[in-house]
Amino acid sequence: MNVPGPMTALRARVREALGKAPVRRNFRAAMDGIRAKRADALPDATDFAQRRARTAAIRARALARLPELLERLEQRLEANGIRVHWAEDAAQANAIVLDLLRQAGARSVIKGKSMVSEEIGLNDVLGEAGIAVVESDLGEYIVQLAGEPPSHIVAPAIHKNRHEVATLFQAHHPQREATEDIEGLTAEARQVLRARFAQADAGISGVNFLVAETGTLVLVENEGNGRLSTSAPPLHIAITGIEKVIERLDELPPLLDLLTRSATGQPITTYVNFISGPRRADELDGPREVHLVLLDNGRARIHADPLFADTLRCIRCGACINHCPVYVQVGGHAYGSVYPGPIGALLEPQRLGLEAGGSLTSACTLCGACGDVCPVAIPLPGLINQLRAEGVEPRTDSPLPDAGRLRHRGEALLWRLWAAIYAHPRRYRWLARLLTALRRLAPRRLGAWTRWREAPRPAARDLHRLAREAGFSDE
Amino acid sequence: MTKETREVYVFGTCLIDLLRPEAGMAALRLLERAGFHPIFPQAQSCCGQPAFNSGYRREARAVARAQLTAFTRELPVVVPSASCAGMIRNHWPALFAGEPEETQARALAARTFELCEFLDRAGLVLQDRGESVRVALHHSCSARRETRTTASAERLLTQLSGVECLAPAHAEECCGFGGTFAIKQDALSAAMADSKCDALLATGAERLISQDAGCLLHLQGRLARRGDALPVQHIAEFLWERIA
Ligand code: SF4
Repeated sequence: MNVPGPMTALRARVREALGKAPVRRNFRAAMDGIRAKRADALPDATDFAQRRARTAAIRARALARLPELLERLEQRLEANGIRVHWAEDAAQANAIVLDLLRQAGARSVIKGKSMVSEEIGLNDVLGEAGIAVVESDLGEYIVQLAGEPPSHIVAPAIHKNRHEVATLFQAHHPQREATEDIEGLTAEARQVLRARFAQADAGISGVNFLVAETGTLVLVENEGNGRLSTSAPPLHIAITGIEKVIERLDELPPLLDLLTRSATGQPITTYVNFISGPRRADELDGPREVHLVLLDNGRARIHADPLFADTLRCIRCGACINHCPVYVQVGGHAYGSVYPGPIGALLEPQRLGLEAGGSLTSACTLCGACGDVCPVAIPLPGLINQLRAEGVEPRTDSPLPDAGRLRHRGEALLWRLWAAIYAHPRRYRWLARLLTALRRLAPRRLGAWTRWREAPRPAARDLHRLAREAGFSDE
Repeated sequence: MTKETREVYVFGTCLIDLLRPEAGMAALRLLERAGFHPIFPQAQSCCGQPAFNSGYRREARAVARAQLTAFTRELPVVVPSASCAGMIRNHWPALFAGEPEETQARALAARTFELCEFLDRAGLVLQDRGESVRVALHHSCSARRETRTTASAERLLTQLSGVECLAPAHAEECCGFGGTFAIKQDALSAAMADSKCDALLATGAERLISQDAGCLLHLQGRLARRGDALPVQHIAEFLWERIA
């Protein structure tokens, strides 16, 4: 087989996304808005460079001592009364959550935003077990009603415009008066969700940072839904990846600052939740039990790979996605992965293996926009390009799943042929002579190139010849 | 300065060599005008970038290695392409890491310059002789983020009294060329080209110029297919045409 399945599927999704012209216009405007906010919040490039050097160092330090910090974190969390559960993969994580819910006799769950829960497919598992899950983040709620996965890690429903949301709400809240304005729609969701918070037996949330020295779960959000999800129900289960740990509380402010500025252009979010344990004896509210599920799911393997370990510095701000010229054309669903955009192109092939995820690295021009805005200075384009190399010419000891599996005989042969000519001046001169001499015979159709563009025609005389004839010396 | 120290190498790049040699000739002429003695080694071909960005590093290295033997003297290497200059400067050191040629590759990387950057630093004075014209300047992502030499191009252009230089909307956004990306994700590449073409045409410019022949090849091909009449030119050709 010449073309691997995932690549064909990716191209089909891309074409489908490109076909939706009106949606694309709306989407473009929304993305421009987010970019403008980030630009306003971080106006000075030098200042940003200094700040991100610090945040990158904090994350790198934490990752360098990951096992030790995780151990410390567990001790502190347990001392604070937060039970810690380790999950090696998605199945284990889902089983742990399901178990906890069953033990508590929970029938309904209210959820705050959590990409890790998307990663493990938690909602489906709970649904199949007969547990009703309601997403409480407005964007997540919208995509849940639509039966779609999130299309962005920070703004899950960014691909939907106001009219689509209104139609969706009308279908799902028939008892309410129809509205198309944003205020009205937000109020509607808030009122519907209020009732759910009150009824929920358990709350599930993600985590932005885990502070090892204090045993604190830190969660930022703007709607207050995160706070309610984690404090109103009697049981709170937080779930996140093992890489989210940092050592000290005083490392948090610079990280939070760049996270929110990068994500939404805010200097701080409306809510910053510090969760440091269940309800104490003298407290009137808060959950009676708090659990943290720490997910590996390939992260330890990535951590052990010196070439790609920087991937784990990611704080999921979404800035790389917002500034990606590919994402802005097609949106998140076209990627067909949990994490879209540049971080998706970097993370998914490592997480899922190059066979299943490697095609995502092709949805990138290596333009560098993502690397410039990443608040923890992950060299995204360089690493994405490195992943391409692991797909076709891997390191001998590459720990990446399916390393080398993207090498296809035809393509490899073409590059070998190319090198055999271009690495030998005499052969290259022959090629140039041939192409310039036969320029009138140059094909007008050049496969995928001329599907969209006119074919270039070789020059009548190449630069080597022109330079020589004009008397420019050779050495 | 002696004639000896004013010698510079020109690395013409494979795209310009075969598809836009006028741009390479213009670069040589501009360097002469700036008081240099340009040398064009006949043994040069390509910086290896096409293979490098497709994951074929061994092949990229083989081709890059051949250039090392063509540019042996300790002279600046001037490249009329931000993308190829960026490849040599930023990626050759890693490409040759642990190889016998590592030191040589690093040294060459350190003396490689993008054309506008080099001319700007050399203080080239441009006397505009052309009619007044409005041009749209497309900054390649390489000029913006690899060599970081967009300001040099702008400074050179502002010297030209008859030239009004226009920036398209979303100027910082990639045009969708991306080397083999243009073929592997052709529909996406074309959609990105369309966004760029629309923005460029909306400036009302009479001509499109850029520091990179790759972007131009892609945009020119797309403009032609769309039936849009916007002539394109490499910035070297344009500068030379204005002052010649
Ligand atoms: S890779 Fe960087 S920019 Fe992208 S989501 Fe992660 S932290 Fe943000």
